[in-house]
Amino acid sequence: MTGQHHTTRDATGAVPLRDRVLAFVRERWDLVALVVLAVAPLVVPALGGALGGQVTTLFIYCILALGLNVMVGYTGLVHLGIAAFFGIGAYLFAILTVPMYPFQMRFVTAAAVSVLATAGIGLALGAPTLRLRGDYLAIVTLGFGEVVKVTLRNLEQITGGMKGLNPVPPPGAGLTVGGINLGLAFAIDPRWFYYLALVTLAGVVVAMRRLEHSRLGRAWVAVREDELAASAMGISATRVKLSAFAMSSAVAGLAGCLYAASLSTTADPNAYDFNRSIMVLCAVILGGLGSIPGTLLGVALLVGFDTVLAPWADSAIQQWNINPSGSSLLSFSGWRLAIFGLALVLVMRYRPEGLVPSRRLAAELHEAHP
Amino acid sequence: MQFFLQQCLIGITNGALVALVALGYTMVYGIIRLINFAHGDLIMLGACLALSLVSAFGMAGGGMAATWLGVALLVVLCGLFCGGLNVVVDRIVYRPLRNAPKLAPLVSAIGVSFIFMNVGLFWLGPSDRSFPELLPATNLLAGEGLQFTAKDLLVLVVVVPLMLALSLLVKSTRLGKAMRAVSQDPAAAALVGIDVDRVIAFTFFVGGFLGGAASVIYGLYINTIGFQMGFQNGLYAFTAAVLGGIGSIPGAVVGGLVIGLVRSLSSAYVGERWTGAIVFAILIVILVFRPEGLLGRGTKEKV
Repeated sequence: MTGQHHTTRDATGAVPLRDRVLAFVRERWDLVALVVLAVAPLVVPALGGALGGQVTTLFIYCILALGLNVMVGYTGLVHLGIAAFFGIGAYLFAILTVPMYPFQMRFVTAAAVSVLATAGIGLALGAPTLRLRGDYLAIVTLGFGEVVKVTLRNLEQITGGMKGLNPVPPPGAGLTVGGINLGLAFAIDPRWFYYLALVTLAGVVVAMRRLEHSRLGRAWVAVREDELAASAMGISATRVKLSAFAMSSAVAGLAGCLYAASLSTTADPNAYDFNRSIMVLCAVILGGLGSIPGTLLGVALLVGFDTVLAPWADSAIQQWNINPSGSSLLSFSGWRLAIFGLALVLVMRYRPEGLVPSRRLAAELHEAHP
Repeated sequence: MQFFLQQCLIGITNGALVALVALGYTMVYGIIRLINFAHGDLIMLGACLALSLVSAFGMAGGGMAATWLGVALLVVLCGLFCGGLNVVVDRIVYRPLRNAPKLAPLVSAIGVSFIFMNVGLFWLGPSDRSFPELLPATNLLAGEGLQFTAKDLLVLVVVVPLMLALSLLVKSTRLGKAMRAVSQDPAAAALVGIDVDRVIAFTFFVGGFLGGAASVIYGLYINTIGFQMGFQNGLYAFTAAVLGGIGSIPGAVVGGLVIGLVRSLSSAYVGERWTGAIVFAILIVILVFRPEGLLGRGTKEKV
């Protein structure tokens, strides 16, 4: 399969406008998407309501998935507990900002501290466990995820137990810039968080791209491809893996900060359980391991399926009165898990490189078998 | 002291159950290096079938002998069901991925687990269901002291013979020999004329059969089943398999017993709600200091 785009020329030899636009979109999908998303809230009034909040959450999951992609995609380490780091970020951020604790830091300070601390926790988990073989590492991360969830639930004096920590103040609470009370603006209009999450996401995407081609990023891929050969070339595999672990944790922590701030609560610990980890992992795999556009698409598909398509299909079924007895067999969301599972199985069977594969992985997976 | 002994007894019966599930993980891992994430949910489906059979045949009102006979029948039926289902899944999902990168079957297994969970959701409904108490909770031991009920007896009566049969199967039959050969080196096994795919299918069947038996015992012993029971129980069992040394059959049994004891003792002395954290913390510590598990052989990563 070639990705070549053949432009057709009309009689005068000029490339038609439609093709030129298509070529531009193909080439600079990121800019196009950014512009569309940046303009959307000004054009679509629904984004000022509940939908805005949903899209913000989508952006936050994109950040989380990009963080996971560092470990699973670039470095090839299976991580089944990314939600734990998401949760650690959210809870640390909440502890640093909520009124019941004495810290009450500013948004940026609190975010920076919790991102660094989350990275530190990632290092602390990674340092002793990174010499484990792939499957065992997966289990350690899974176990760690469960430990974190149980701990968050049980340390009620610190984490508020099932109630979570709230209220997490919005960014810039009490700050007035140009006659706008920032805290109030964030609290009232979801579009502020929309833009904050979008800008952060764009920043993370840019950073990931630079990282991908940096010395460190290439070292990650080298270790994934062949650890032995990489060490023979003078790469310290342990250090490279540790840095991937720390980077993943840090980005997940960043996503956690935004999550807690945008919901103004940490929500209950079950928001950071194994299911969340698996969902994000599925998004990365579905979209394409190690591929930034793939990861973003994967999250959009999975989260979009859950928050947009499933409720829509359910209400449609209700409207057309297909299911008068209310049987769960005939409701769309009743099939959610099966559709999810089937998608994973089919993708692994027929397109293991994902929907938008990274070029390297696609080439590798479609090597002619001897 | 008495309290401690009682907790140990509970731990051992619980642990025997965990071990039965752990065997399913360890056998499949031993032979194709796959963490079969769907195993816990397979057992959930077995429990669904057991519940349906019990309700359909009105087993709750039988006499003592009839009840035990019925339970034996249930174990066989659910075992065959889970074993067969496991073989089918292997044939459709995992076999085409034999030469794929390692991540592919793992992710597929997660997918299969989701599909199973959805089936269980339709079968049982979204809330937990109670499993009828077929066996009386009267104490079988004389005196006021330790409690050892018919339920505890059931666990041992089913688990011990199954494990003996399994070790006989693996150690002394042709098929068992073939299983060991494939687990050591599939390519070499194929070279000496072993039908590798059939041996793998058989392994899936045996693992599934043990899981099916475990599902019946689970229903009768715990008395509550739900479509999400597979994940948590699967995780404990998998921990047991890793703890004992994944791929090692005696290891799974030892690991299961240890996990059972840890669970009951930590529930009794630290508090039920910390049990999960303690079990997984132990898992992490074991993996860090002795990654090959208690009874596993150290494996060198092949170049």
